[in-house]
This record gives sequence, C-alpha cells and structure tokens, in this order.
Amino acid sequence: MFNVLRDLFRHDGRFAFGFCVFVGIVFLALLYSFCPYNLSIWNTVPRDRPPSAKYLLGTNSQGQDVFWYATAAIRNSLLIGIVAASLSRVIAVLVALIAGYRGGRTDRVLMSINDSFVVLPLLPVLVLVASMLRGKMGILELGVVLAIFGWAWDARLIRAQILSLREREFTKTAILSGMTSLRVVLGEHLPFVIPLIMATAINNISFVIGTEIVLAVFGLSSLETPTLGTMIYWSVNYQAMLLGIWWWILTPVVICILLILSLYMLSVSISDFLDPRTRLQVIKAKG
Amino acid sequence: MTFLKRYLLPRLFQYLVVVFVGTTIVFISTRLTPADPVQQTIQRITAQGGYMDPAAVEEFARTLRELYGLEGGVLRQYAALWRRLLTGDFGRSYTYFPTPVIQLIGTSLPWTLGLLSLSSIMAWLAGTLLGGLAGYAGQARWAKWLEGVVMIIRPIPYYIVALLALILFAYFLPVFPISGAFAIGKRMTVTWDVVVSVAKHAFLPAASLVVGGMGVWFIQMKSLASTVVAEDYVLFGRAGGLSKGKLVFQYTIRNAMLPQITGLALALGQLLSGALVVEYVFSYPGLGMLLYQAITQGDYNLTMGITMLSIVVIATGVLVIDLMYPLFDPRVRYR
Repeated sequence: MFNVLRDLFRHDGRFAFGFCVFVGIVFLALLYSFCPYNLSIWNTVPRDRPPSAKYLLGTNSQGQDVFWYATAAIRNSLLIGIVAASLSRVIAVLVALIAGYRGGRTDRVLMSINDSFVVLPLLPVLVLVASMLRGKMGILELGVVLAIFGWAWDARLIRAQILSLREREFTKTAILSGMTSLRVVLGEHLPFVIPLIMATAINNISFVIGTEIVLAVFGLSSLETPTLGTMIYWSVNYQAMLLGIWWWILTPVVICILLILSLYMLSVSISDFLDPRTRLQVIKAKG
Repeated sequence: MTFLKRYLLPRLFQYLVVVFVGTTIVFISTRLTPADPVQQTIQRITAQGGYMDPAAVEEFARTLRELYGLEGGVLRQYAALWRRLLTGDFGRSYTYFPTPVIQLIGTSLPWTLGLLSLSSIMAWLAGTLLGGLAGYAGQARWAKWLEGVVMIIRPIPYYIVALLALILFAYFLPVFPISGAFAIGKRMTVTWDVVVSVAKHAFLPAASLVVGGMGVWFIQMKSLASTVVAEDYVLFGRAGGLSKGKLVFQYTIRNAMLPQITGLALALGQLLSGALVVEYVFSYPGLGMLLYQAITQGDYNLTMGITMLSIVVIATGVLVIDLMYPLFDPRVRYR
C-alpha cells in the first residue's frame, strides 16, 4: 500500500500535485486549533483591513480575521465532506454488494431505484429538505443529509465491479467449497473493491463540499458555522466585491478551487492506476 | 414487436419508477423533518404584528394543513401529494398570494428549459467532438494540452465557475449584461432587437454552464475514443486507405459516442441543478431564481411545486433521450 502510494507520488505528476496541495490545505485546517480569536464574536479586529503582516489575509466587514476564519471554514467543510462520504460509502457498498451478488430480480429492482436517485435533480430536493430543517441543522446533520442523497452514482460503479468479480473462477471455487454468500461477498469480493471505494470516496468529498457551498449560498446551510460556503455567503451578502474587499471573497473561492482540484487529481490518478488498461498505456508511452 | 417489448416498455416503466421514487423521497423528507410548515407560516404572520384570537388561529391552521396536504393519516397525505402532482395543483404561493404556484412556475419554466437544453447540448457536443478528436489523435501535443486545461476546469463546481465569470465580466470586461434575461423595459415581441437582447443576456449563464459542463464529456469521450481507435476495424480502415474524416467521424466518434448518450440521460438531473445555481448567480428569471425567492420568503408551497415539477421535467428528459437512442444505435432498432 505504502509502496504503491510512493510510486504514484514519484511517477504521476497529478498525484504529486494533488497530494501536496491537499496536505497543505489539511495543514491549514489543523492550524485552526491555534486560532487566537473567538470566531463566533464579531468585531474582535478592525473591519475591512486589507492583507498585511498583522492580518495575513485581511479582515472582513464583520470584524473577523479572514485567515483564521478560513482555517475554521476548511476544517468544517472537510468535516462535512468526511462525514457524508463515509456514511454514503456504507449505503453505496451495501446496495452494490447486494445488487451485484444476488443479480436477477433483486439487481433489477435495486438498480431501478438507484438510477432514479442518479437522475433526480438533487438541488431542488436538497433545498426542500434543508429549508424544512433550517435553523436546526448543524454541520453533522448537513453531512448526513448529503450522504442520503449522494450514494447512488458510486453504488452503480461498485456494482459493475462486483458483477465482473462474480463471474471469476475464485467465486465459483469459494461457493463450491461451501462458503456462505455473506462470506463470499465480504471476504472475497469486498477486498477487491476497496480501492474503488477509496477513489469514489474522494470524489464524493469534493461533491459534498461543492453542494454545501451551493446550499450555503442559498442561505440554507448553518450560517453561523464557518464553512467555505458560509464564508462565500457572507462576503456576497456584504457586497464584498462591490466594496472592493476582494480578499474576503477570493479567499474561500481560491481555497475551494485548490481543494476540489487536488481531490480530483488524486482520484483520477488513483482510478487510472486501478484500471489495468490505462496502466498499460502509461507503460507503453513511457517505455 | 420485440422492439416495443424489449426496449420501449422497460423505458416507460423506468420513467414511472423515477417519478414514483422522486415523489416518495419528497414525501418522506418533508414528513421526517421536525419543522412544521403550518406552525412556521403562522409564526411568521403573528411575528409581523398581527393579533389573532386562538379560535381564528386554530381555524387558520386547519385550512393551512389542508392546503399543505397534512390532513389525515400518512396514507391519505401521500395520496394527496399524488393528487396534487397529477392535477398540477400545488396550491397558492405565499409570497405572491393569491397567484397559484403552477402559474409562477409556468412563467419561469421556459427560461430554464431554454437555458438548460441549449447549454447542455452545446457542452455535450463540444465535449464529445473535442474528446473524440483528442482520443483519435492520442499522444499529439495539442491533445495533451487540451486535456491538461480540461482537467483543471472539469472538477470546479458550476457555482464557482459562474461566480468567477460574474467577477470577470462585471469588473474587467463589461461586454455582456450580468443580470436579467432581456433589457429592462423591453416588451417581449419577436423583433431583432429583442432577440439580440435575449441572446446577450443568456450568454454568460449559458457560457458558464458550457465551460463547467464540457469537461466531463471531453474526458469520458477521450478515453472511450482511445479504446475504439485501438480496435482492429479502425486499423484495417486505415490500412485500406480510408479518408481521415471518415475514420475519425464514422469509425471512431460514432462508435464511441453511444455511452455518451446514456451518460447525458444520467447527468440530466445534475445539469438542472447546475442551471438553477447559475440562474441565481446571474439573476436569470428561471426556476432557480424562483426557488431562491421561495427559500428567502419561506414559501413552502412554491418550493414543493418547483421540486416536484423538476422531478417530472428531468424524468421526461431522460425518457426523451432514451427514446432517441435507437436513432443512434442500429443494434437496438433491428433487434
């Protein structure tokens, strides 16, 4: 495992870029523990100051230090992403294992529902749910809600993998030697799809972070908690761009782009590595 | 006959499943939430300073419950939701009382449909063609550069793309109008002037959607095309001296395109979500803007109506694409 990651880091520029940027962003999130201000209080610092040595990324119209606010925002956005991604992995893997292994009618019914989830216009549905929960939703609840709606596409991918595993020799050997379905699925098939689960989890985190931003911009996230979305919400709300307080709005936008880009590069690099065909192409191109 | 049975009926069935699952999700999620829309509405009215005596409040709550379909047991409520969906009667808007929700949606929907269909087709075509060409070209330098640029743009969410476009065109390059759908004070008549104004106003929202959405199609198509190029029949075609145009378009792109059409059907819901966000950023008078108003005003009926209608619109869109699929894939036609 470690060797694979080291090789990816050495030979794949995308992985190296994604990894470095992501580690940098996580470092910023960890810095939050040293935050000298209480971010829930306004006017702890002078308002609207441009970036300087004292206020690294300036201050906003609510009298908060943008740099430290951003560290909290990254931490919370990542937290929502991780909660949602891990929970939706559980749903996706369960659906995929059952549908893929049982096949037949179970598969058709489950995939029919799954496809409905895939094509449903998520935003209006999420808006409906979030506006019912408004004011009562913390970041954890938000993560759970996003998990409930974010599993379908990945379940499809994982199921496709299981379908091909089911036709392989070792499955038949396992069944003939008397293993129960549950043990075949969990013991023999699950280990093969774990890398795929990791790659989809990374994608899901960036989907969740993007969706949180949209919900926050509509005023539906928990607006008192600093996240990348609420940071954009408040800066747009205070007309930061019109007033020329560019450091307030650009900070979350740039961080969001870097974060999502780094996650994307990581997942592309990992899924390219998982696909033997592209791995062969890379070897051909190099050799 | 076999075509009807093996292709058409399953598709129609899936259409019904999508609408059914969507309606059920909407129903469950509105019931599971602790917030009571009736209490919320009453609170908002009393917060505005009006005094109501308790009997009147009780009466008011009862009519609201009926309006929101909250009367009776769970099954009856569920049936009421279906009745509202089938008759298109989502009650009256709270914000624009007493305009019916369906009428508000009716005026906004054409803008969204226009923006959505135009930009998704453009993004899909551009991504598929460029991706096909890049996949055919393989290791050529321009293909690698293009892929690099697309790799950077592809993961960025629609909202961020639109916001960056807004900042860029509002401050540095004020050529295109950044809000609305046509010049203020213009009447909607079919004259050259109005058409130009509408096109200019649609440019930035549509461009954000195309730029934000193209990458997915490009990258998928490139990998599809590069596997097709490696097939023997392409090699034989090349050895037989076929023209390059024929090789690229008829041999490679046409055959690699089929999964892309399925992909378009599956991505339709996401595309609509993207369009709603972009409309909000550019104050484009479609469903997205209406949805935003519904949220800020706490207009439960309107939010509900927009959600249910989006589900139907997307399911129908998927069905239309599915039904067009045989045009592209002769194997389905002649089965």
